[in-house]
Amino acid sequence: MSGSRELILERVRRALADAPLAPESPRDYRRAGTLSPVARTELFYERVCDYRAEARRVRAGELPVAITEVFAARGAQRVCVPNDIASEWRVDGVNFVDDEELSWEELDHIDGVLTGCTLAIAETGTIVLSAGAGEGRRAITLIPDLHVCVIEERQIVETVPEAMTLLTELGAQRRPLTFISGPSATSDIELNRVEGVHGPRNLVVLIEESA
Amino acid sequence: MSATARPFPEAAHDALRDAQLRSNLFVATQTIRDKRNQVVGELSDWEELREAGRAIKADVLANLDRYLLQFEQAVADAGGQVHWAADAGEANQVVLDVARAHGVTELVKVKSLTTDEIGLNAALEAGGVSAIETDLAELILQLGGDWSSHILVPAIHRNRTEIRDIFRATIADDALSDDPGELAEASRTYLRERFLTARMAVSGANFGVAETGTVCVVESEGNGRMCTTLPPVLVTILGIEKLIPSFADLEVFLQLLPRSSTGERMNPYTSLWTGVNAADGPQEFHVVLLDAGRTNALADTVGRQALHCIRCSACLNVCPVYSRTGGQAYGSIYPGPIGAILTPLLYGVEHAPTLPFASSLCGACYEVCPVKIDIPSVLLHLRAKAVESAGKPSLTMAAAGWLFGGRRRFAAAQRLGRLAQRPLIRAGKIRRLPPPLDAWTRTRDLRPLAGESFREWWERRG
Amino acid sequence: MRVALFITCISDSLTPEVGRSTVEVLERLGHEVVFPPEQTCCGQMHLNSGYREEADRLGERFMRIFDGFDTIVAPSSSCVGTMRELHPELHGRLFEFSELLVTRLGVTDVGASFPHRVAYHATCHSLRLTAIGDAPLRLLDAVAGLERVELSEERECCGFGGTFAIENADTSTAMVIDKCAEIAASGAGVVTAVDSSCLMQIGGRLSREGAAVRTMHLAEILNQTAA
Ligand code: SF4
Repeated sequence: MSGSRELILERVRRALADAPLAPESPRDYRRAGTLSPVARTELFYERVCDYRAEARRVRAGELPVAITEVFAARGAQRVCVPNDIASEWRVDGVNFVDDEELSWEELDHIDGVLTGCTLAIAETGTIVLSAGAGEGRRAITLIPDLHVCVIEERQIVETVPEAMTLLTELGAQRRPLTFISGPSATSDIELNRVEGVHGPRNLVVLIEESA
Repeated sequence: MSATARPFPEAAHDALRDAQLRSNLFVATQTIRDKRNQVVGELSDWEELREAGRAIKADVLANLDRYLLQFEQAVADAGGQVHWAADAGEANQVVLDVARAHGVTELVKVKSLTTDEIGLNAALEAGGVSAIETDLAELILQLGGDWSSHILVPAIHRNRTEIRDIFRATIADDALSDDPGELAEASRTYLRERFLTARMAVSGANFGVAETGTVCVVESEGNGRMCTTLPPVLVTILGIEKLIPSFADLEVFLQLLPRSSTGERMNPYTSLWTGVNAADGPQEFHVVLLDAGRTNALADTVGRQALHCIRCSACLNVCPVYSRTGGQAYGSIYPGPIGAILTPLLYGVEHAPTLPFASSLCGACYEVCPVKIDIPSVLLHLRAKAVESAGKPSLTMAAAGWLFGGRRRFAAAQRLGRLAQRPLIRAGKIRRLPPPLDAWTRTRDLRPLAGESFREWWERRG
Repeated sequence: MRVALFITCISDSLTPEVGRSTVEVLERLGHEVVFPPEQTCCGQMHLNSGYREEADRLGERFMRIFDGFDTIVAPSSSCVGTMRELHPELHGRLFEFSELLVTRLGVTDVGASFPHRVAYHATCHSLRLTAIGDAPLRLLDAVAGLERVELSEERECCGFGGTFAIENADTSTAMVIDKCAEIAASGAGVVTAVDSSCLMQIGGRLSREGAAVRTMHLAEILNQTAA
């Protein structure tokens, strides 16, 4: 409603007739972390586990074995992957289905999804997806019930500000971002935490040691 | 909304008698309080984050016209459509128009206080469109024909047996137990089909980034992701105060909000999207910028800080009043300490004259507020406005003001009081007083005025 | 040191023993106490009830009467905090009693003796408005024979809140009932605080419940000596 636009702006300007001052916002909070890479990975691992996601640390080069085990342990046979996933992740024994415009219905009948991520935040146990390479569209990590996410150790930052500094560029490119901290959960029934409502009920994070 | 609800003391009186409500509330508020304290304690820079959060929000308000225009431009550049709604009716109409343009008669919705505030569901219903609430708590309320009592945990007043019964009567069969896992599963099954087939979704939002036009939704269950990703058409209703200047500012609020609200280091899901992305998500995106009283609050120089609120609900959980009466006593979508100031600021204090008085001014809310809203000061300010707007100053207060105006008057009043109270004293206590002071003596004894006041003692001592 | 006493309207009328104790403790410590007789009320009650004009008038009156005194003490964190908030120039001049002793005068042991189990209720304004920190606890811990016990929700309001106690009597009562239950559970024989108003609320309820627990202002406890 075009009249409303002018009306609201006019109301705002009138409300601010006293010209309130807004000095530069102080930013004295911690920006950079202080942990060593080893401690940072350790913290990330702990925090992910804290939110009852499954986390595994995997030696460089042993990722295919870990992927095979994770899907086998859950009996997941048909697994969706973004088209541009690293070829070494396409292990034998799993039927990988490339995401070529799969419908929501089709995704609903997939056993799981395997993706990489953009970065991870140690302090909060968060992984961030940005629809980038090896991550796919948002829907593929949302509809299937099992999400296996591979993180390279060097993708882990310690603090939220460090993460946002790296993500600002992606934000400017209008990439959709999803922050995931553990499997979906609700505390709406007497504050009992129940894992898994609408998103994947199982989140497995594979942390690959940097070579 | 009906801002002119029952007076708070009356509504509280009833709520306090509801034993089930009180015990649910007690457990709930204590649990979240403890969790919040623990994760806030982990951050050595919490105070610096709060100060940054406060300052960023103050900047947003001080330059709101500029940020609104910047946001509008950025959303449009990214392929989104921006609408401006001066009041609830206009906002509802936008949603209805979009639904009609697509021939949609059923849409999915993410929990949003803003959409509750404008009464969207009822407006849609009247226009022939049904809105399905997808947040578990909201679903419980919707199916139970009930309304919210807590910003964050709207069904806090329902226990698991009550929820089971609501579900059995609506979306599940009699085999359903009261196990929280099973209840959640029942809602998952019911809603999944709707998510996968919905043609339109409506959401609120936690933040809108002026610089980039990005919208941010913070949630736990995944229904927010479902609604903002799967349906081809998305409408987001955004209160004009929800803007933040830059993308990087999220680094402050994404730390403050989850720790203050659910007591988590980070909530399970945070979604950020900017306009329309050809390869991912809805192909038609609308944002409705909503005023509906916000500019009234903005015009109040003391009260405008209430618009800093990021709806974390920390102030509710620590409030000794809220944790006993629950949210419904506040007669507004916004309960607790923030509701006691926001409701009168949005709708005018004359529509909620008892709310600014629904506080013992203990200050616990200010202490926890992640954006440092000085709620006690705003309460005092609104009390003065309430007294002013009532137009009939209390005789008692005027008389007291006069008595305190001079030493002799005051001393005489003390002596007079001593005489007057004599017939009321039993065994050294006053157990019954006439109205309005009987409100005290119904539940508490009162010490009589001392036989010798301090000033008399001081004079006697010489 | 010469200290001007602001007694507060409540203590003057209802609990003069709090004022007497304040005077006697300070004199025992070798200080001179003066009582400007023109004083009445700081205006907080009016302020909290929405009567800003009356409050301002009473606040101005207070400022005039105490003009010229470098050190002012009041046995109420609530009145002190409010006045300091409204008149920032009172910072460093107007003190709550325990704050004066510990922060300004550097005393924690005032030579008191009180062999009882005592629970300290941290009033909201002492915690958050006046921010007197642990001054009362340090004073109590130095009292000979005193055994201090903790309340489970020590930061929770007692429900007084001025006219709130009357206007929202049901909620106020629900709050004080919980507070009294905490006190009973603590096993204390005496409950103390730095605000007479809160003690009036707690004491009024304890009395109605027929509880054996007594309320005493901190100044009174500090004025108990072995002799
Ligand atoms: S007022 Fe502050 S504490 Fe209360 S909900 Fe808003 S942001 Fe949270």
